Amino acid sequence: MNYVFDIMPPLLQGTGVTLQVFIITLLLSVPLGLALALVRLSRFRVLGGVVNGYIWLMRGTPLMLQMLFIYFALPFVPVIGIRLPDFPAAILAFTLNYAAYFAEIFRAGIQSIDRGQYEGARVLGLTYPQTMRRIVLPQVVKRILPPMSNETITLVKDTSLIYVLAMNDLLRAARGIVQRDFTISPFVVAAAFYLIMTLVLTYGFQRLEKKYAVYD
Amino acid sequence: MIRAVDIHKHFGPVEVLKGVSLEVGKGEVVAVIGPSGSGKSTFLRCLIHLETIHRGSIEIEGEPLVTTDGSGACRYVSEASIRRVCGKMGMVFQHFNLFPHLTVLQNIIEAPMTVKGLRRDEVVPKAEALLKKVGLFDKRDSYPSRLSGGQKQRVAIARALAMEPDIMLFDEPTSALDPELTGEVLRTMRGLADEHMTMVVVTHEMGFAREVASRVIFMADGAIVEEQPAREFFASPQHPRTRAFLESML
Repeated sequence: MNYVFDIMPPLLQGTGVTLQVFIITLLLSVPLGLALALVRLSRFRVLGGVVNGYIWLMRGTPLMLQMLFIYFALPFVPVIGIRLPDFPAAILAFTLNYAAYFAEIFRAGIQSIDRGQYEGARVLGLTYPQTMRRIVLPQVVKRILPPMSNETITLVKDTSLIYVLAMNDLLRAARGIVQRDFTISPFVVAAAFYLIMTLVLTYGFQRLEKKYAVYD
Repeated sequence: MIRAVDIHKHFGPVEVLKGVSLEVGKGEVVAVIGPSGSGKSTFLRCLIHLETIHRGSIEIEGEPLVTTDGSGACRYVSEASIRRVCGKMGMVFQHFNLFPHLTVLQNIIEAPMTVKGLRRDEVVPKAEALLKKVGLFDKRDSYPSRLSGGQKQRVAIARALAMEPDIMLFDEPTSALDPELTGEVLRTMRGLADEHMTMVVVTHEMGFAREVASRVIFMADGAIVEEQPAREFFASPQHPRTRAFLESML
């Protein structure tokens, strides 16, 4: 037991890094995903095609590859070439990648709303942006909660990929101790931490689903 | 109030409206009947710009919505003018189209607040008065999912009235209802007619057309076949197609 307390500080520090990547990515990629979905569903066909290509690229290559590219290769790309420190590089890769998945979730959600809702709003005089904001998106939120819950839980665990940029997230911290002390208990503790984080998320999403169920 | 001239519309190669003209005066209640696929709902939807037409002209209260010039080019007025012209009309749909995430009261005050920019305390008393009028004041804070079809349709009527339209369009307002629920909706509509609301009602309810409408229009295959004051229409239909249709409805 004492041993577990001894290894707590580095593991908690790792959890801090994991949570930072998780929260910042979520805050950035959800709005970006919504914007991408709206562009894709708009009447601007060319822009929609560009978004399509973007989603294909982001979902079609490994997140780890994207992260390595942004960190190691981006500095050598002409014109936009910039060298990012490890944390911003990780956030950028995660945000760009997860926005693509969120865009698809939003698109499916928006398309699932009945045409009658648009017509009902239109004959009352609402503009398209008003219809989206006041009528469509509030209903979309309810419908996409289950897939969003899935995706955010995946994100918690995907943050462990940042070890490739030598950042000390929860899993890397645990692995460091395992290799130093020749015991697997840090892995068990790390697993417990991940489980707690996903439990909180699961609970939060369940609360939201209940809240939105009032109008079923 | 409404002046539609020579409306043509096609969906791809299919011609759904082949030159429909209609004039509706203030306080008139016009019932549009006809077999399904006759274009009557499409025509109604064209009046409030839920569908675009390909030829013809529409004027609402003297203001043009769409015009066709001598060369046959069909032009709609500007987006802002469309909004203003269509704002003179309210519409009630077959499937209600209530907003499920809003309560009955919120459904009614949404447009006056968002579109007209009115304050909540200005619109709530009016919304409540409308709810009393349609007999649903006690459902004020219920969500639409808790209402019967007839109640939903009455809320939809109240919601449209909250924007204070001069003209009300009804697109088969009772077709999605259980037969025992049509009565309450038709009574509400009759109440509106008694207040001299100008109404265009696409319907299969012959009883309503006979008793409430001032004029009945029979459409088939995208054209108006017969148009008569309601009494004459049912007493002595002129056209054989009208007679066949009326017989099939009984």
